[in-house]
Amino acid sequence: MRKCSLDKINLVFAEIAKSSALYLPVDQNDGSAAYKKWEEGTVWSNALNTVRSPKDFFFPQTEDLMKFKTSGKNIEIIDTRSEAEDFVVFGVRACDVKSFDILDRVFLSEHVDSFYGSRREHGVIVSVACTRPSETCFCKTFGIDPSESAGDISAWKTETEIFFKANTQKGEELLNKLSSLTEECDETVVNEQKAKINAVMNKLPLKDLNTEAFGGGKTNEFFNSPLWDELSQTCLGCGTCTFVCPTCQCYDIKDFNTGNGVIRFRCWDSCMYSEFTKMAHGNNRLTQKERFRQRFMHKLVYYPENNDGLFSCVGCGRCISKCPISMNIVKVMKKMGGAVNE
Amino acid sequence: MQVNEYKPLIVAFCCNWCSYAGADLAGNNRLNYPAEVKIIRVPCSCRVNPMFVLRAFQRGADGVIICGCHPGDCHYTSGNYYTRRRMAALFSMLDYLGIEKERTRVEWVSAAEGAKFAATMNDFVEKVTALGENKRLEDLRCKK
Amino acid sequence: MQKITREQLIEKAVSLLADGTVSCVLGWSKGEFDYDVTPALFNNEEELKANFVFNDFCGVNFSKYLISKTNKCDGKILVFLKPCDTYSFNQLLTEHRFDREKVYAVGIPCEGMADIAKVKQICGDGISSIAFDGEKMAVTTLYDDAPVMISTADVLAERCVNCKSKKHVAFDELMGDEGEVIDSNRFDEVEKLEAMTPDERFAFWQNELSRCIRCNACRDVCPACTCEKCVFDNPNSGVENKSPANSFEEKMFHIIRAFHVAGRCTDCGECSRVCPQNIPLHLLNRKFIKDMNEFYGEYQAGAEVGLRAPLVDYTLTDIEPGEVFDRGDSDA
Repeated sequence: MRKCSLDKINLVFAEIAKSSALYLPVDQNDGSAAYKKWEEGTVWSNALNTVRSPKDFFFPQTEDLMKFKTSGKNIEIIDTRSEAEDFVVFGVRACDVKSFDILDRVFLSEHVDSFYGSRREHGVIVSVACTRPSETCFCKTFGIDPSESAGDISAWKTETEIFFKANTQKGEELLNKLSSLTEECDETVVNEQKAKINAVMNKLPLKDLNTEAFGGGKTNEFFNSPLWDELSQTCLGCGTCTFVCPTCQCYDIKDFNTGNGVIRFRCWDSCMYSEFTKMAHGNNRLTQKERFRQRFMHKLVYYPENNDGLFSCVGCGRCISKCPISMNIVKVMKKMGGAVNE
Repeated sequence: MQVNEYKPLIVAFCCNWCSYAGADLAGNNRLNYPAEVKIIRVPCSCRVNPMFVLRAFQRGADGVIICGCHPGDCHYTSGNYYTRRRMAALFSMLDYLGIEKERTRVEWVSAAEGAKFAATMNDFVEKVTALGENKRLEDLRCKK
Repeated sequence: MQKITREQLIEKAVSLLADGTVSCVLGWSKGEFDYDVTPALFNNEEELKANFVFNDFCGVNFSKYLISKTNKCDGKILVFLKPCDTYSFNQLLTEHRFDREKVYAVGIPCEGMADIAKVKQICGDGISSIAFDGEKMAVTTLYDDAPVMISTADVLAERCVNCKSKKHVAFDELMGDEGEVIDSNRFDEVEKLEAMTPDERFAFWQNELSRCIRCNACRDVCPACTCEKCVFDNPNSGVENKSPANSFEEKMFHIIRAFHVAGRCTDCGECSRVCPQNIPLHLLNRKFIKDMNEFYGEYQAGAEVGLRAPLVDYTLTDIEPGEVFDRGDSDA
């Protein structure tokens, strides 16, 4: 384990920025935090988490896939892929780190998504433990440990110092670049912080939430439950939950006519929208209840069934604070989970 | 002085009954106005949806002008009254967002006012040329 | 800090259910924490007693839900309307969006709703409970031993700071006293923007709108946005884009949406409340309202049923579009 004084954090950032683009959470003028590119003078935010999750770095909201140009009867296909530059995402929380595992299983299995894959190769994650979890946090429900975040480098921040531990080869390489600014140390302070964090986690209002009732193979138990009517009755279908969620990965592929060619691009889509997966015959989910049910069944039943029991939620709490009408996965789990135990 | 002077792209929505005929009259009288003005004929100036104006800017227009019959003389009786209200609201909103106010205009040109049409277009093109390219409402994907 | 209590509202709902006036109730349901309140339909007394809440976080406007819920409920629906909600109610009736006969509206007084983000700015994250005690709320967090006392007036939601009216313009029954229309300074921020130079304004809006993630929450919660097939969901319209591909698309959605609701927006403030990126959308809609007031006379959408919105009306001597810039408040 290595450490350095927080006074030197700007030197650390400058050193990292010499060889890679560095992104870290920065305070915005409305009080929230967002990932921004580091430059001289940027201050690392103290906020617990950002509004938009870091999945943006690997799976951006819009991405050009290819371009077409026609001339007469000829059509030219232009590959718009470019080699991704090396980049470092600093300050990622444990929940968001876990979301990358979930996205990897979708994009990097069987037919590898080269856009996503190239970014994953070039990205290095420096994750930080959460010293001040919020009441909306429930990462422990999904087996995530906020005191030991699992990025390429795990970091712990105290009032005066920051500690680093490399977990992967990419992490080792990055930490070696910082060797002149950091020094060897033992794990005492970090272990103290971990204990404090775990103590707070045991006081959180959502600490008892568990996933026992859910998982692969439970489709028939939940699909026809009458509780979905009640849960979805005031859902607006706006899609905010899907856009702030670090694990939601649905996208649409569209063509845009620029007037002098066509750009084929992909953009985030939301299963909450009425036009989602509309096919030639029409739409397969006509009511908001069906769309609502689909989203939560996907997170709690379908995804674990296809992915060795891994749930597609990381307990980050963004949907809890951002839903316009305060509906979220916790309410669904409690209501539906209770239904099974009756 | 550059050899290739900047020439703005102007889209002019002209109502079929008055201003389009006015443009035609300007042509008949051999009155010059810049070729950068691209006329789109609409049945009435109130056919112009604010989305058309935005799309014109998106696709590279540097200025948009809507020409219609004089208020009171609309071929469809009251169409241009609605245009007046709608465009007043739209232009005020565009100004509020920081889009230069010289880029948009509404002008009432009758079928007999060929000279006014030419003069209006000359004036509008001059004003927009002075402003330069539309950078604030452009869609980079649509640039050639 | 609200003058009317949860118990009074439940009592009213229960009595109306019991005597058959209504068969279901649209109200606020308690959430996981004391500040997250979900709108819900209650069908009987047990549900009301178990889950109904009314506190300083009940900002939700139920008017829009009436459109879909009047088709689902057999009898009448009881809906509790705060003064600002009643304007949306009237506006929707003007547009024939739901059957008035299927609704029993009860007007309730409102002292302003709090914004949890403002509360968190004062006391930080990790709120474990909030207790309401008169003018203040006691916020207990996981990290402080003593609860932090916060005056609700300090954490009012943006739209409540400039409340335009405590008067209910629509109700079948009124609880509490009738209020007055307030001469608020809700256009102050708009005026501040108008006084900037165009470059400054552009920079301001570029900064705000670039955060937009096209989640469509503003459109979906807006009582004026009730089109069954929204132009932004229609692939043939040319503006159906699910994500803001560039700065043009970011602006276009907001300009068009503000324009579509211009003259029908009742200034209920829901759009700004729900935006996950805290974009001050009310500044766009209030600009339209201010313009309409100045150009075409004072007009408040929803003040009565049947009013004609300014953009579907005209006079023979309206202001010329070229003159909107010369009002002395925008810089040349």
